[in-house]
Amino acid sequence: MRTTKFAGVAVMAAAALVLAACSSGGTTDDASSGGDSSSSSSDAGSGDELYVALISKGFQHQFWQAVKLGAEQAADELGVRMTFDGPDSEAEVEQQLQQLQTALNANPDAIGFAALDSEASIPILEQAQSAGIPIVAFDSGVDSDIPVTTASTDNKAAAAEAATHMAELADHTGDVAIVCHDQTSITGIERRDGFVEYMESNEPDMNVVDIQYGGGDQLKSTDITKAILQANPDLVGIYGCNEGSAIGIVNGVNELNMSGKVIVIGFDSGQAQIDAIKSGLMAGAITQNPVGIGYETVKAAVAAINGEDLPTTIDTGYYWYDSTNIDDPEIQAVLYE
Amino acid sequence: MSIATAPTEDKAPTVARRQRFDLQKLLAFGALIVLFGFFSVSSHAFLSWNNVTGILLSASVVGVMALGATFVIATGGIDLSVGTGMTLAAVMTAVFLNPDYLGLPLVLGVVLGIAFGSLIGLVNGVNVAVLRIPPFIATLAMMMAASGLALVISDTHPIYFSDVPGFTSISLGSIIPGANLPNAVLIFFAAVAVAGVLLSKGLIGRYALSIGSNEEATQLSGVDTRRWTIAIYTLAGTFTGLSGVLIAARLNSAQPALGQGYELEAIAAVVIGGTSLSGGRASILGTMIGALLMAVLTNGLQIMAIPQEWQRVAVGVVILVAVFADNVRRRREAGH
Repeated sequence: MRTTKFAGVAVMAAAALVLAACSSGGTTDDASSGGDSSSSSSDAGSGDELYVALISKGFQHQFWQAVKLGAEQAADELGVRMTFDGPDSEAEVEQQLQQLQTALNANPDAIGFAALDSEASIPILEQAQSAGIPIVAFDSGVDSDIPVTTASTDNKAAAAEAATHMAELADHTGDVAIVCHDQTSITGIERRDGFVEYMESNEPDMNVVDIQYGGGDQLKSTDITKAILQANPDLVGIYGCNEGSAIGIVNGVNELNMSGKVIVIGFDSGQAQIDAIKSGLMAGAITQNPVGIGYETVKAAVAAINGEDLPTTIDTGYYWYDSTNIDDPEIQAVLYE
Repeated sequence: MSIATAPTEDKAPTVARRQRFDLQKLLAFGALIVLFGFFSVSSHAFLSWNNVTGILLSASVVGVMALGATFVIATGGIDLSVGTGMTLAAVMTAVFLNPDYLGLPLVLGVVLGIAFGSLIGLVNGVNVAVLRIPPFIATLAMMMAASGLALVISDTHPIYFSDVPGFTSISLGSIIPGANLPNAVLIFFAAVAVAGVLLSKGLIGRYALSIGSNEEATQLSGVDTRRWTIAIYTLAGTFTGLSGVLIAARLNSAQPALGQGYELEAIAAVVIGGTSLSGGRASILGTMIGALLMAVLTNGLQIMAIPQEWQRVAVGVVILVAVFADNVRRRREAGH
């Protein structure tokens, strides 16, 4: 019996070693942990250093990595300690609330928060308020007057911008479809509605014939795109509401060999989208300014700690980019691979 | 392809059980035919060659994964790690092939990627059979660890195959000239054939079913159940590895954040196909039908522009009906 157990432990250890060996063989560059938390300042020991805790909607998507980068830049410039956490996926509302609670318990000087569910987070935000910890909302707003300010993209205006380009490219006529990430998050709703409302009020000869949701999953969005194209052979264009949706559209158009036959407009960036724009498969995309979102959030948090007045919203901006301006420094600065 | 049942259970009236079992397989197959007919009539677009191959392609990743899961479920176990295991295998395939990492030759990298899936399965098997951790817990732990490792190894970035010539044609090429049938579909069918033979003719299939119906009796009859359990989980991991290669080739990238939830779709395909979650009965053909049924349902509803909320309701109802049929069968059996 004892030998059995021993053998078992030995096998486990060997297996763990194999996994560990593979993982260290896999990463070529630095010893970056890739984990969900990071501290940007090296001298974390000093007592009166300001501490800002950021709770994002995720950490593994490139978008959030870019937000984190901007937050780190601001933290370095302003000499504050900053941590960046986020849930495993954008569906994990409860995990995010737990992380918000944990951050609050660490008694930071300010909290930055990108709510997955703005209603659900209000009780914890009220705790923060009564503890005198200022809250800066980022990426999407919170339905409450607790946050001192909100640093985010005007998603509705950004989606309307996508719609204007779609209409121009389609000569203001024809049917279009939308592949979105979800129908419940504020970004999902606003990026869909901004596009649809623009078409309804400005383009009498254009119709949004189908809106489907792929959860931002590239594979599912690919299959959805193919189904939409099969069902609507006369479709002139498809618009994707986020990176995963847009890449799914690119894949689906590619798999059906329909490159050039349908106008593809995307959102955010990422290597696959950048390649598609350069190759002409994708007409263009809207990019937010994720680095700016992270930067403005930390900057606003420090301003709030110092009791400065802040506007209710900080528009971090968006840009239309296509093959003509993709290499401009202004655009390159906000794109991520 | 016949339905495989555990040899140790042959004391019971085999013929009657086979008939009832076939009934459920027929139910799933019948539902597939009915749905296919319904969508063909409802929409002209549904029956086009492009759409039919699209459906087959969309079933292939989860389908291959489900084939492996069928063996584990046949033992009365469960494998929750197939979804994120697929992701980890895809990331490792990228690490093996991408010139910025190891840049190995195509065939070697693909084989190693699949073998990494086997390794994941091997660890699962050891945890279940040797350390006696319940399969649900052991594979749940692997599901989480694999998801984390995929992110760590890729440094949370997708890894692309743009500099690996020929890789995407593993899924999207077409070796049958002019047929426009993606290779991933052919690989899926080939995997079905291999899994079918292994389940109905191979020792591994016989022992999987035997362990599922009565592990103790199987052990007493001189079978090293521990070793075979490890082999079965390793086989499941191998299919997981193959699905990882297929998804990576289709997306031209290893997406480290993908995969959570795919295991539930795979398990649903297995269950719809009539394999019993309590073990002892399994059907590879059924699993294939289960995967196709879900793909046809999703595609057909999308083509008809049914809102996605209702698509999910429909898939849920199909799973419920399939499991209900399974329960009715078992209850009747208990009445004997």
